[in-house]
Amino acid sequence: MLTRREFLKLCLSSATLSLAGALLPRVAKALDENGEKVTVIWLELMTCTGDFLSFANTLRPDVEQLINDTIKLEYQNTLMAAEGEMALKHLYETAEREEGKYILVAEGTVPAKQNGIYGHIGYFEDGRPVTDLEAIKYFGARARYVIAIGTCASFGGPYAADPNPSGSLPVHKILKGVQVINTPGCPCHPDWFVGTLSHVMLYGVPELDAFGRPTMFYRHTIHDFCPRRQHFENSIFAKHPGDYGCLFKIGCKGPVTYTDCPTRLWNSAHLNWPVGANTPCIGCVSPDFPDAMSPFFAHLPDVHLPVVKAGSSLVGKLAIGGAAAGIAGHAAASFIKGRIQNHLVCGSETEHIDVATRKKLLEQEERASEATEGAGTEPLKATVADYGNGDSSKKPAGIRNRCREQGRDSEASEELVPDKVPAVMPKKLRIIRKIMSGRKP
Amino acid sequence: MPVKIISPVTRLNGFWRLDVKIENHRVVDAFSGGIFFRGLEKILLGRDPRDAVYLTERICGICSTAHAMAASLALEDAFYIEPPRNGIIIRNLIFGADLLQNHIRHFYFLTVPDFAPGPDRPPFAPRYNSDFRLNSAQNREIYENYMESIHMSRAAHDMVTIFGGKIPHNHGILAGGASAPPSGDSVRMFLSLLSRVREFIEQKMVKDAETLAEVYDDYFKIGVGHKNIMAYGMFSHPDKKGEFYFKPGVIINGVREKLDRHSIEEHVKFSWYEEAPPLSPEEGSTQPDTDKPGAYSWVKAPRYKGLAMEVGPLARLIISGDYPESYGTMDRILARVYEARKVAELMEQWALELEIGKPVFTPYDMPSEAEGMGMVEAMRGGLGHWLRVGGGRISHYQVITPSAWDCSPRDDEGKRGPVEESLVGTPVEDPDQPVEVGRVARSFDPCLACAVHVIDARGKEKEIEILL
Repeated sequence: MLTRREFLKLCLSSATLSLAGALLPRVAKALDENGEKVTVIWLELMTCTGDFLSFANTLRPDVEQLINDTIKLEYQNTLMAAEGEMALKHLYETAEREEGKYILVAEGTVPAKQNGIYGHIGYFEDGRPVTDLEAIKYFGARARYVIAIGTCASFGGPYAADPNPSGSLPVHKILKGVQVINTPGCPCHPDWFVGTLSHVMLYGVPELDAFGRPTMFYRHTIHDFCPRRQHFENSIFAKHPGDYGCLFKIGCKGPVTYTDCPTRLWNSAHLNWPVGANTPCIGCVSPDFPDAMSPFFAHLPDVHLPVVKAGSSLVGKLAIGGAAAGIAGHAAASFIKGRIQNHLVCGSETEHIDVATRKKLLEQEERASEATEGAGTEPLKATVADYGNGDSSKKPAGIRNRCREQGRDSEASEELVPDKVPAVMPKKLRIIRKIMSGRKP
Repeated sequence: MPVKIISPVTRLNGFWRLDVKIENHRVVDAFSGGIFFRGLEKILLGRDPRDAVYLTERICGICSTAHAMAASLALEDAFYIEPPRNGIIIRNLIFGADLLQNHIRHFYFLTVPDFAPGPDRPPFAPRYNSDFRLNSAQNREIYENYMESIHMSRAAHDMVTIFGGKIPHNHGILAGGASAPPSGDSVRMFLSLLSRVREFIEQKMVKDAETLAEVYDDYFKIGVGHKNIMAYGMFSHPDKKGEFYFKPGVIINGVREKLDRHSIEEHVKFSWYEEAPPLSPEEGSTQPDTDKPGAYSWVKAPRYKGLAMEVGPLARLIISGDYPESYGTMDRILARVYEARKVAELMEQWALELEIGKPVFTPYDMPSEAEGMGMVEAMRGGLGHWLRVGGGRISHYQVITPSAWDCSPRDDEGKRGPVEESLVGTPVEDPDQPVEVGRVARSFDPCLACAVHVIDARGKEKEIEILL
């Protein structure tokens, strides 16, 4: 049996070794203790099924090994032979039989508006509907572990983007008091999910970050280990998609995106990744993706929200604040990760960051960034933020200081062509920070 | 009259509800409805037009590259962008690889369990147990190939990743062309994977499909719909502008016509939208009306010159002259498999036409006011994106998906959608195990993740009222 430490080592050395492959026999053995394979119920909620298709791309173990040797995939809308009432009955029977023992995999966001009428997993033959909301509550409460696969299930994702027509919420907001392990990504990388599933089966809940993501995958920013990092340092920037160089100026969200794409690569065969294809990272594993991560081709921190109209009413400002909290809160959270992690004990109940906590984080971060102000060196070029300066824990503060500096006399820009976009939109950001810290703008 | 509700109709992308009326072991009427609403077209409003490519991909996990293509073409149309030759070829390769993935997964994951029982454990059990006709050797072989198809569809997705960065939701297709320039290194990886996938399609998948066609030959006559078909044209020719490897066209009542891209309208009489005359997608409005009498679906009914059109691989192959004019369930299944074979063959040729060192992307400026249309073939049929840009932002976005064509409800004249029509007359041996309905419905490769624009449970209750 692998120790936890060995397992984590395996996970982190992903570029050369597919973690799950080495584990398979051990996982099978671990599961065999009771002579039973672990039951997995996979609920597709409001989803494009991209996460299941990504899961189908897993290599070590592959789906053949998984469904034949490792798990009992009792319910999966895209794969299962049963349909209609037969499928629904089987779902409820399985949950009853395996109560407290099965792993629930939730894919997709949960439409919560008007009591969940915007999404259904199916209908009984008497016409009785089963809403996504009802299903996630029922099966979530009876599961031993709940894994949210993909950004929709973890954080809301594209369908919960402004104006969120279906009132969708991530799984953890529905399952209050239940530990939800978030494996975001649009879609979730096959290894992130299968690795997490393996960890859960072998050792229980893995160490999670403040957003409920396993730190074995979502620990470092894309920027930290980007193979084009040196281009960034040397100011060699791509001018358009398809151009070689650092993609920061055409919108790369790598500096605020916490995951291991640059070292792991896609898919399970580890062949390429968005930056490798000369396109910007769009921050798809982040909370508030896509709102806080768009426009995709305009660079950070050009925070744009579709609801923001030219005239800035209070509503408009509040809306910016809400979305920008995605980037700001995210950065802040990582900045003081040390402190947050004091409250994260492996396998324990964790709290997801709510608005109040975020506010607190921002205040703390602001104090911290004020303390470090002036300590950094001057950036070389106006368009290059000083991510590289100082130690890694200060990076978010660096970004934010930079924004503030540049913003003194420039207005927020609506310019879309990447080459012409002014570096930052600091005035907006200042307003956001003030709103977030409870002061009047 | 008993109404059989089948929901979830599993083994397809998204969530679907089929209501079929069965009399004397025969389907006499059918109603098709998707059961979730996301409103992605609303979400797109006010955003940077370039974001449409990556955001519309998120409509569907299995045909994401098709949405990327349609959105890219719509933007290129709006901004007058000419992608370079290499860009067109790479986009064809990315989309082609995703199409192979889709066709392999559709045949084995989604279709085979309707015709051959798998091992007696999940996810292959529980299942209906009626009308399985393969002998045990055939059955064993088809499930051996089922297992191998897992690896082959993954290999096809890996091919997408080589030029697309990742998949589902690749980054490599965008307005202006493609983003990953070809190199000897990427082309050798691509070709190596392609040759394995091609070999599998030619030697295993075609054979398995032909076995099914032989044993279930009555399905050539079951599931015949309106026999009106349409294709928008698939795989742009890199050197001949406006030409495609799979031709665009229309066949109505056996008569071939040229496709008129402006003859598409959406009907809403039986959908929960405010009463409106048929509108083109450029101007279509989406004002829900949940109390509308007579409505039973939240999917609009797109019509071409007022007719319900079937789209998909069968339509494409018939229009291109690669398949005889035959419209049954088994024809759809076979055509999909033959199309995969043809596309794999073409892709090998395209990969060798790439020019190393030539650009793949055309940089462009965005006007603040523009209008564009992108019509492509997705894996399951014609897909259109229509957009308007105002003040540098998206001011209108409309998507008509292939499954909206195939799974549409009745139109203003009360005529059924293609799936509804093709279900009528389907024999059902055991109404408690309507395996036949699933066979016909799934042969369209429906993708309800794509088709459903709006759904509402209040509407659902009404659906029941109307049906009973």
